[in-house]
Amino acid sequence: MTAASVLSLDRVTYAYPDAAAAALRDVTLEIGEGELVVLAGASGSGKSTLLRAACGLVPHFHGGTFAGRAVVGGLDTRGHGPGDLAAVAGTLFQDPETQVVMGTVRAELAFPLENRGEPPAAVARGVEEAALALGLDRLLDRPTSELSGGELQRVALGAAVAGRPRLVLLDEPTSQLDPVAGDELIGLLRRLNEEWGTTIVISEHRLERCLPAADRVVALVDGALACDEAPRAFLEWAATQAPALQTPAARLLARTGLRPPPSGVKEARATLRAHGLAPEGGASPPPAGPPSRPRRRKDATLHAKSVWFEWPRGRAALRGIDLVLAAGERVALMGRNGAGKSTLLRCLGGLSDPTRGKVERAGRVALLLQNPGDYLIHDRVGDELPAEALRAARFEHLADRHPRDLSGGERQRLALAIVSAGAAPPAAVALDEPTRGMDRAEKGDLASRLREHAAGGAAVIVATHDVEFAAALAERVVLLGDGVVVADGSAAEVLTGGWYFATETARVLGGAGGALLPEEGAALLRQRLSLEVTP
Amino acid sequence: MIYRRRPTPLHATRASVGIVWCAALGLVVLVSDHPIVLVGALAAVVGAGVAAGVGHELRRAARFAVPLALLVALINPLAVRDGLTVIARLGEVPVLGQLDITLEATAYGGVLALRAVVIVLVGALYTAAVDPDEVLRIFRRAGFRSALTAALATRMVPVLTRDGARLADAQRCRPPGAGQPRARRVAIVRAVAAGALDRAVDVAATLEVRGYGGARRGAAARRPWSRHDLAFAASAVALTALAVIGALTGAIAFDAYPALKLESGAAAWAVAAAIPMVALLPFADRRGVGG
Repeated sequence: MTAASVLSLDRVTYAYPDAAAAALRDVTLEIGEGELVVLAGASGSGKSTLLRAACGLVPHFHGGTFAGRAVVGGLDTRGHGPGDLAAVAGTLFQDPETQVVMGTVRAELAFPLENRGEPPAAVARGVEEAALALGLDRLLDRPTSELSGGELQRVALGAAVAGRPRLVLLDEPTSQLDPVAGDELIGLLRRLNEEWGTTIVISEHRLERCLPAADRVVALVDGALACDEAPRAFLEWAATQAPALQTPAARLLARTGLRPPPSGVKEARATLRAHGLAPEGGASPPPAGPPSRPRRRKDATLHAKSVWFEWPRGRAALRGIDLVLAAGERVALMGRNGAGKSTLLRCLGGLSDPTRGKVERAGRVALLLQNPGDYLIHDRVGDELPAEALRAARFEHLADRHPRDLSGGERQRLALAIVSAGAAPPAAVALDEPTRGMDRAEKGDLASRLREHAAGGAAVIVATHDVEFAAALAERVVLLGDGVVVADGSAAEVLTGGWYFATETARVLGGAGGALLPEEGAALLRQRLSLEVTP
Repeated sequence: MIYRRRPTPLHATRASVGIVWCAALGLVVLVSDHPIVLVGALAAVVGAGVAAGVGHELRRAARFAVPLALLVALINPLAVRDGLTVIARLGEVPVLGQLDITLEATAYGGVLALRAVVIVLVGALYTAAVDPDEVLRIFRRAGFRSALTAALATRMVPVLTRDGARLADAQRCRPPGAGQPRARRVAIVRAVAAGALDRAVDVAATLEVRGYGGARRGAAARRPWSRHDLAFAASAVALTALAVIGALTGAIAFDAYPALKLESGAAAWAVAAAIPMVALLPFADRRGVGG
């Protein structure tokens, strides 16, 4: 470990108890003071395990077989457990719900300081400073049970940094947040890094969110270190070695034949400008407006008529929603955390009854809620579905596995097969945040399965925060805000006009040509290039 | 079911005393299976729930406890062959053999059911009225290193409730005819238990990385005992004394087998009446409950 190094891994190999293969293989890595490092890799590549090794949970909490040496802020993890390392490293995991352990925000921020034995005055000061730095001051006395997912994640980050650790470790912290809250969290991390000099190590599937702020990207493949480079060099490497890790902007430029690969929208635009392909006007077109009142359609599969949902003694989650879904239509339902997306899906699926208005259905709605694990209640995959449905869902070879041993993507597929099974195919398929924690390959697989459902005549509606997934799947996007539909139009209309609810390609191209995906954008740019060279 | 600070004497009491007081109520039920005493304990816990403003939470817990209790009440006379007073002869039953239902087994099934209801309600009262943040701090001061223990102790009931509701929703989304409803209910209960353990492990990991159980442990800030601390502590001591002395003297004795033998003298009635009185007395003083 060098003098300026905060985290040092030396030939670390680790296997979880009873695991057939090692989760980390011979990883050697040095992270210096004040660096912001992004961990990249497919699901199961070892990103989370590396972070858990850095905070001491591996091996102290999880057990297993550990070889090599990990030193965090001068403390060897073989001799110091997570409790000791907490003074040096703050940690934030994926699920906000299991990361907030106290009843109020103030108690949550004070908790790590109290655990360190700080005197009451130091605890009070630490709480105030962390709250001010992360914009939590107005939430301090709120019960944590009343906070939204984004707020909870911010509070958990506050607890992780309240003791001013030298190192902050984050495991997919934005995966359950809407684009706005996700960008806010990344902005906060940037501030911590730039103003406090805190070293940040963050694992993330949506690399486009963090690359512009990163000093280095460390890519893992099957538990081994495959690349450790600056963002631009990483993207060069990814273009040939791991295309699934390329960001949309990098794919856009690579497919257009332009170099160098950009780490973000700003660099991509600069490259386009340098080639005379700058988006015209520079500003995005105004977002699509609210829809006119939908008319009854003969082929309507789902029809929400002035649907209200008011919580008992609480607020109205839905306020007069009118929505018609046609057979075979693929719709993305978007909006901030708490906008009413999940409640609308529950009403459409018949799980909740509207308090006013009604929902008409042309048949059964297959509703897949946020946690696919909730659908898997047996000890064998084979017991979850009848044999025929198991075969149709291509799960025969996994019939004897325990559902808990499936990957996130496999669980999602199995749960989708469960809700879609039955004597007659469902008239509509509704999914709530299905891409949480999925890598690009798993998202692609899910999108193609949903397209199959739509091709079979089912209306497909997916509530998602993942703009790129929405663009890849949906032909229509409905944007909810505070329980009302604020935009309803084609994906090209809705996802090119906003600041947050826009794909990276649309932001690079300023919404030109309605291109949402890198492939569409590249086709547009190549067309422009060919027009320029043709006299 | 989530703890929320309310302006009541129980909420104003320090968590260590709250734990002891709830434990004393539980002890009464575990030490005695005298039906009148159990009814007294039930009155005490329901009255305490209402006085602590968590009646709604107790009602929700009862929705889970009562069917469970009815099941216990039903199974006991079918499974237990003891007892001299046969009230029904069901003849030869496959697997179970000759089945006679006795008055004693039926009565004791009722006692077990009542006991189960009271235990669940005491658990619900603890969850809704004892500050889990303070409980975590107590565990830390007591020197338990295991964050998992703390996570289980302070989080189990809310986690079970939330996960159970979510799993039930997911099962409602299954297409009709997928499995027997009763088999599915059993599978849900198993899945909730397993899921709650998973979640508790995640919470425990969070506790560890926040430094819980670390080597440095500061001295606890001194907090003077409030009138409510003293009142509930006295109530806990009195409840324990009532239960233990009642049991040792035989004043609250109850034997179901081989024939029902119920101590129904004045002492038994006095103990049964004293339990809710002693338990509810600390709620009478509402000075300084605002926190």
